Amino acid sequence: MMPKECDGPGVRMGILEPRQMTGDCFFSSGQGICSGFQFVEMSSRKLKSNNLKHSECLSQVQRILRERFCHQSLHSNLFGVQVQYKHLIELLKRTAIYGESNSVLIIGPRGSGKTMLINHALKELMEVEEVSENVLQVHLNGLLQINDNIALKEITRQLNLENVVGDKVFGSFAENLSFLLEALKKGDRTSSCPVIFILDEFDLFAHHKNQTLLYNLFDISQSAQTPVAVVGLTCRLCLSEDRSVREVLQKHFNVSKNLRSLHMLLMLALNRVTSSHPFMTAADLMEANQLCSMDSKANIVHGLSVLEICLIIAMKHLNDIYEEEPFNFQMVYNEFQKFVQRKAHSVYNFEKPVVMKAFEHLQQLELIRPMERTSVNAQREYQLMKLLLDNTQIMNALQKYPNCPTDVRQWATSSLSWL
Amino acid sequence: MAHLENLVLCRESQVSTLQSLFGERHHFSFPSIFIYGHTASGKTYVTQTLLKTLELPHVFVNCVECFTLRLLLEQILNKLNHLSSSEDACPTHITCETFNDFVRLFKQVTKAESLKDQTVYIVLDKAEYLRDMEANLLPGFLRLQELTDRNVTVILLSEIVWEKFRPNTGCFEPFVLYFPDYSIGNLQKILSHDHPPEYSADFYAAYINILLGVFYTVCRDLKELRHLAVLNFPKYCEPVVKGEASERDTRKLWRNVEPHLKKAMQTVYLREISSSQWEKIQKDDTDPGQLKGLSAYTHVELPYYSKFILIAAYLASYNPARTDKRFFLKHHGKIKKTNFLKKHEKTSNHLLGPKPFPLDRLLAILYSIVDSRVAATANIFSQCLRCWVSDLQRPHGAPCSAECFLSCRRTFLPTAFLELPLVCLSPVISSLYSAAPFWGSITSLVTLQLLTLVGHDDQLDGPKYKCTVSLDFIRAIARTVNFDIIKYLYDFL
Repeated sequence: MMPKECDGPGVRMGILEPRQMTGDCFFSSGQGICSGFQFVEMSSRKLKSNNLKHSECLSQVQRILRERFCHQSLHSNLFGVQVQYKHLIELLKRTAIYGESNSVLIIGPRGSGKTMLINHALKELMEVEEVSENVLQVHLNGLLQINDNIALKEITRQLNLENVVGDKVFGSFAENLSFLLEALKKGDRTSSCPVIFILDEFDLFAHHKNQTLLYNLFDISQSAQTPVAVVGLTCRLCLSEDRSVREVLQKHFNVSKNLRSLHMLLMLALNRVTSSHPFMTAADLMEANQLCSMDSKANIVHGLSVLEICLIIAMKHLNDIYEEEPFNFQMVYNEFQKFVQRKAHSVYNFEKPVVMKAFEHLQQLELIRPMERTSVNAQREYQLMKLLLDNTQIMNALQKYPNCPTDVRQWATSSLSWL
Repeated sequence: MAHLENLVLCRESQVSTLQSLFGERHHFSFPSIFIYGHTASGKTYVTQTLLKTLELPHVFVNCVECFTLRLLLEQILNKLNHLSSSEDACPTHITCETFNDFVRLFKQVTKAESLKDQTVYIVLDKAEYLRDMEANLLPGFLRLQELTDRNVTVILLSEIVWEKFRPNTGCFEPFVLYFPDYSIGNLQKILSHDHPPEYSADFYAAYINILLGVFYTVCRDLKELRHLAVLNFPKYCEPVVKGEASERDTRKLWRNVEPHLKKAMQTVYLREISSSQWEKIQKDDTDPGQLKGLSAYTHVELPYYSKFILIAAYLASYNPARTDKRFFLKHHGKIKKTNFLKKHEKTSNHLLGPKPFPLDRLLAILYSIVDSRVAATANIFSQCLRCWVSDLQRPHGAPCSAECFLSCRRTFLPTAFLELPLVCLSPVISSLYSAAPFWGSITSLVTLQLLTLVGHDDQLDGPKYKCTVSLDFIRAIARTVNFDIIKYLYDFL
């Protein structure tokens, strides 16, 4: 994806999109991570007799792999984003070494490697001697700095300006802002330190009031003063792709393009590695895959009592007859009574308050939802609700339900409710 | 871990999964873990027991208790501070207002010697309440390891599934772990575990079987079942204690306890009466059939006319207006529901709920059902105290005269009293009679929430009301005044 260029004196606004992981990248990065295992295999053969060292080796391998899976520590290979990386590092070098102001927005779905990319670039940048002495970095995150006031204090804190004592920042918002702008405006291209601003969760900054911070930052980067690089990372614009990726992730591990799901899957498989079971087998991975692809709502339905299942079936029938119109407790109870009275199902003849308690339990589990907020005056039995399970989910859950009474199951499959 | 197995029953696989996830002390673990499952499936218990037994540094916070951002963050930081400081030093209270400060302070606190190089666990119980707090809190906690660059794992416990937590723009996906519900065998095993030492395990197991037979189709919540088991065991042991049956006489014991358990389902299970009341009943050996639960309508005693007002309100709410002519006019035409109508009527009014009605309609119906024509004065809307007091001696139905009413208002009660809620008036009446509270006007019925005012007070076309009592309630009331309400209801034609 080629970056778009904006007009403007000395400013280049680039949009980098990390390419979607292709299958090869996926597997090769996975192999890269797992290469540690082969290493252990070799060394353990040599230390056959020494059991203590074997477990220590295993502990080391666990430690390394856990750091890679869980802590997302940097490894030297970048898969699939080399072009973007070259572009980014060039941009940053121009700011750091030649004093040019720049801004970059990195867009990509969640888990596509944006943070990894920028961390890598910064690491390489800091290895150049003249850069590490001069350049200042400010790391901001949209989740932490939720308004401009906090953001400004954080910037002054990280830049260690004069109004910072220890960890505390003094002064009001206006004072801090003018202080910061002064400090950044004072220098000129040749003598002042370049500053790199990294804004994670960039879209959240765009929601701040008046967008003061962003406005000022980009303003500074445009005017010919302290060289400033603003790097934004966001996943917002790729939302549609993200949703479908999420859906697929749940089911097929092969089709997914998210490296993190691979990490999670491998982590699940890694759990099974102990001193008695030192090597990961295919069975481990398959079980891990199954764990990954469980349907959580079906699990919740599995744990309901028989009365609650009957209520769900009654709601299903109501949905079928009245075409998904909202219902209330009285209607559900009525439908349930039709079942109880027919064919002498007296074992299910519970009192109305008992059935109400089961209904409220379903509401607590968020399997049914009220259409509007509960008002104090409304009677609970007449409040309109909606069922949040569809027919296929209900029938699948019923199949797996343990010791389901036959008459209940038959009632579920019958479509003739007036019998 | 044999010790752990004794503490935690029927959860071996979950315990081993969690243990292997945690790994060794200094290892990194997954940044966030989401554990879901039904209530009383052991999530909190297993997590707490495991962390305590393995002596891992952890902080346990309940999101219902810490319902604001500040409470939550401060509790986490202060508990961590306690963990990291030595026993004699009293750590200063940390204050924290934003998540940004939390990250900064967290980095400082975890620099302490006792917490370095170890995974710190933050457990958030009832995590579904996090969704209602600030929007950045949940995604922030899921990524805490990355934001603070420390070895920390956040564990979220909830009974709601993860799909309902995920924010719209996505977030760092936690590791999702499911705690399955207990099977009936597991439940039996766990419940039989706390049998009192005086009786044999088999005896208690037989009791648990009977209990589950009555309650299992309705409730699978372990906490409720345990509570019911403890409450009702004395009743089960009664024949043995009295010497009427031996421990092995299962049939006799079953016959003794089963109706008792069925009664418990209607009262204690529904929290209609408290557990202490239930225990008292068992001790005193009174008949549980005479129990008065919270929703027993025997507590309510309305004056004569107010009962009719309520009946009229019920009829106005549940009959469509076009049928009033048929029910309440002396010479009406015959309107019968044909068979065709009966089969194809979509929903009866009793399924949809009460409908609002204007005051005039209420009065019209009221006049028609009360036989004697009553003067349309204020008497209908409020009965004066003296007349009510003497009403208990007079025959029902005779209204108080206008003079009586006016004189009462002047001398006996200041006008303001008539508008006060009934609670304030009861001390006055109890000094004269130990009787039911005083009420007589429609406003009082509204205060009691037997009627509700629909819409705003200052509506131009008059106030509208709705009757919010159930069919059983109104039938009981109608019975006391010898009024056959079923004959007047459209849905029962």
